[in-house]
Amino acid sequence: MSASPSPSDAPSPSDPTSSSAPLHLAVALDGAGGHPAAWREPGARPEAVFTARYWADAVAEAEAGLLDFVTLDDGLVLQSTSTDGPDGRTDLVRGRLDAVLTAARIAPLTRHIGLIPSVTTTHTEPFHISKAVATLDHVSRGRAGVHVQVSGLSYEERHFGRRAAPLSGAELYEEAADHVEVIRRLWDSWEDDAEIRDVATGRFIDRDKLHYIDFEGRHFSVRGPSIIPRPPQGRPVVSAVGAAADGEAAHRLVALSADIGYVRARDTGEVAAAVAAIRRAREAAGPAEPLHLFGELTVYLDEDGPAATARKERLDALAGHYEDDSEVFTGTPAQLADLLVERRAAGLSGFRLRPGVNAHDLPAVTRGLVPELQRRGLFRTAYEADTLRGLLGLDPHPANRYATPPSAGTAA
Amino acid sequence: MSTKPLKQIHLAAHFPGVNNTTVWGDPAAGSHIDFDSFTHFARTAERAKFDFLFLAEGLRLREQGGRIYDLDVVGRPDTFTVLAALAAVTERLGLTGTINSTFNEPYEVARQFASLDHLSEGRAAWNVVTSWDAFTGENFRRGGFLPREERYSRAREFLSTANELFDSWNGSEIAADAATGTFLRDARAGAFAHRGQHFDIEGHFNVPRSPQGRPVIFQAGDSDEGREFAASGADAIFGRHATLDEGRAFYSDVKRRLASYGRTPDQLKILPAATFVLGDTDAEAHENAHEIRRLQVSGQTAITYLEHVWNRDLSSYDPDGPLPDVDPEVGENTIALGRASVRQFRDPLATAREWRELAEAKNLSIRELVIATTARQTFIGTAATVAESIDSLVQQDAADGFILVPHLTPGGLDVFADTVVPLLQERGVFRSEYEGTTLRDHLGISVPGVDRKAAAS
Ligand SMILES: Cc1cc2nc3c(=O)[nH]c(=O)nc-3n(C[C@H](O)[C@H](O)[C@H](O)COP(=O)(O)O)c2cc1C
Repeated sequence: MSASPSPSDAPSPSDPTSSSAPLHLAVALDGAGGHPAAWREPGARPEAVFTARYWADAVAEAEAGLLDFVTLDDGLVLQSTSTDGPDGRTDLVRGRLDAVLTAARIAPLTRHIGLIPSVTTTHTEPFHISKAVATLDHVSRGRAGVHVQVSGLSYEERHFGRRAAPLSGAELYEEAADHVEVIRRLWDSWEDDAEIRDVATGRFIDRDKLHYIDFEGRHFSVRGPSIIPRPPQGRPVVSAVGAAADGEAAHRLVALSADIGYVRARDTGEVAAAVAAIRRAREAAGPAEPLHLFGELTVYLDEDGPAATARKERLDALAGHYEDDSEVFTGTPAQLADLLVERRAAGLSGFRLRPGVNAHDLPAVTRGLVPELQRRGLFRTAYEADTLRGLLGLDPHPANRYATPPSAGTAA
Repeated sequence: MSTKPLKQIHLAAHFPGVNNTTVWGDPAAGSHIDFDSFTHFARTAERAKFDFLFLAEGLRLREQGGRIYDLDVVGRPDTFTVLAALAAVTERLGLTGTINSTFNEPYEVARQFASLDHLSEGRAAWNVVTSWDAFTGENFRRGGFLPREERYSRAREFLSTANELFDSWNGSEIAADAATGTFLRDARAGAFAHRGQHFDIEGHFNVPRSPQGRPVIFQAGDSDEGREFAASGADAIFGRHATLDEGRAFYSDVKRRLASYGRTPDQLKILPAATFVLGDTDAEAHENAHEIRRLQVSGQTAITYLEHVWNRDLSSYDPDGPLPDVDPEVGENTIALGRASVRQFRDPLATAREWRELAEAKNLSIRELVIATTARQTFIGTAATVAESIDSLVQQDAADGFILVPHLTPGGLDVFADTVVPLLQERGVFRSEYEGTTLRDHLGISVPGVDRKAAAS
């Protein structure tokens, strides 16, 4: 393999995913925050995490900060610190509402911010997910995405009882890639102008503009077409985590199937290596839409750095031992801005930040970090688009793979 | 005269999704996909103090002769997603979604309904339907289908499994006490284990008990098994018998079945689907209804409808001419796929014979025959006539109320809300204000399972 720099190492300035384009920012929301003891902090409203009001308030705060999108974590098992099953702990937040429904509940209350709920491709039907996300795109007028994740937990499999044994690591990601392929084909299965309401001929739709997707994969097949017209964005945004720890298959899922990949790495060097590997795999597969790679950090922000560290330590003492999936940052918004600038230079176009404590660190992002980045000319001062693809600088309405171009037949 | 108190009527609004009754060519017809349409429709229903909004479901586009059927409204958004979004633009209206028990898994559906019940503060309902066919199955991982005989056995076990999941939290587990660090009072929250013929699952349900405990359960099948299923476990039936005689027969049959499950007649509400056409005079309303029928049944629509019975290509026939003299093609394959209405023609030869006799006797063309034999408008007349008919059907136990399906999306309900509802309110048979906040409150049915007030204290 050649070690020479690939073209993506020197992207054109107009590439929305280049590290010199304006920075993109998202927050990941779950329970009371990224720290297991977050629910015990003042203002955390732990009794409210199963209400719409709680989520509406959090997303309104993120939108006031002009963030690109929020992701809503989800899973099909009770949260646990163990991979063998529920940990039986009663001192941490347990229970979650369905993320797609939560996103839909919030959509009519917001105007600009993107909404990316998590789904577990291992256990859900791509047909159902495709129409749910298309519908989220309709109810939010073009602000929907979906975060795909896999699960190899056998105790999660037992909630479905469908397979004798869970799929193994690489197979899970291959199945997830098939899942993404199916949901995208279903989004494309109606051409944009399929609904014609032609009173003269009595035809409601032009059925020649509806397409069977006829997907055949290793783990399932799906015939199509979708039962819902193409969503406003054409193709809602797909995100996935490309954690090096999850192996080559996870990288491949991000490289080949995602619009946004979250890169989990411990330092700038690791970020650069992961970014290069993912970009190489993307290019090897041929031309594709731009891929955003976002850094991931759990953040504890205070006006002076030691206060943030002390706060995190106090929370750690309450929670007992735990491990954060993402890198952890404690410090001031200005220090975080410095780190984001450094990381970005390693090939990232944005960041997904997980507030350590939603009640404290989410407003610290929107009211501390965002103004700091704006002062440096790195972040928007007003929403420049109404759709998520628009905010991310992606083609606002990608061409439909099934549509016949108007000039068909004239090409040489 | 006895002074039996008047029954209170339950009213609901059916958002007309994929169907053959929406007059989509009307200049006043809007989108059936845009969320604005749903918002308009839901707010009208809530302004009229209706019990709930209802969504039907279909999981594969219908086909005729191997091609996608293109004459009716095609396409509909995802039920759960629309209902969750509607919870943001309404406050009291119940939100009823049709979700199939064959192409889903209990853990997932229970989770979605429990989430919807939380996100709507107690307004969720589930219409459990049982389509089983291989045609629809081609869109799903399991592929294939369920033998027809097993559809209710799976549905029953699906519902009882979902109920086990709903009941796996009793509502008293969450302490959320920051000072002591007790989030859960009970580490067993959500534990379940179900072993049965269709499902063998165990683990922990991860949505805490929702405001209604369980969503309200609807059933929509009409067979003997379907009625038994409803009597055993549903809170309401979405029915199809909206006339006096058929309604009374269905009503008494189903309510009679409740006793063997230890239930009382008021624990199951019978709510047939119903259409309406209003006018300034009864005569004008009938003219309007006739016009609507002509718009609903075009010549082409009539031919394709006839093809459901004849099961062969009839495109060369003139819709304004006589019925075909050839006999229906009887066999396994059917020309129309994905249409519930096709299944009612179990004996096509007999149906064809009957229709020919009717057409000859009344000198009807194909199109006129189809208009004469397909579903008519249920309520036609002035607002006063319609209010009187609805009230009288309910007081005579032909129904407990109706699920109204307007022929225009999304504004078709407005005129009903503005003219008929006030008359029902004047009669004292329909609420002027919501008394409770949950759909169970509106329907007057209690939360099964634990007594939440007792649990909370
Ligand atoms: C009034 C009514 C409405 C129905 N609505 C739906 C629907 O929206 N989606 C669906 O898949 N099936 C629907 N069904 C089909 C039933 O769930 C069931 O599959 C079908 O009626 C066969 O069962 P049965 O033999 O008990 O009638 C409906 C049935 C009736 C009677």
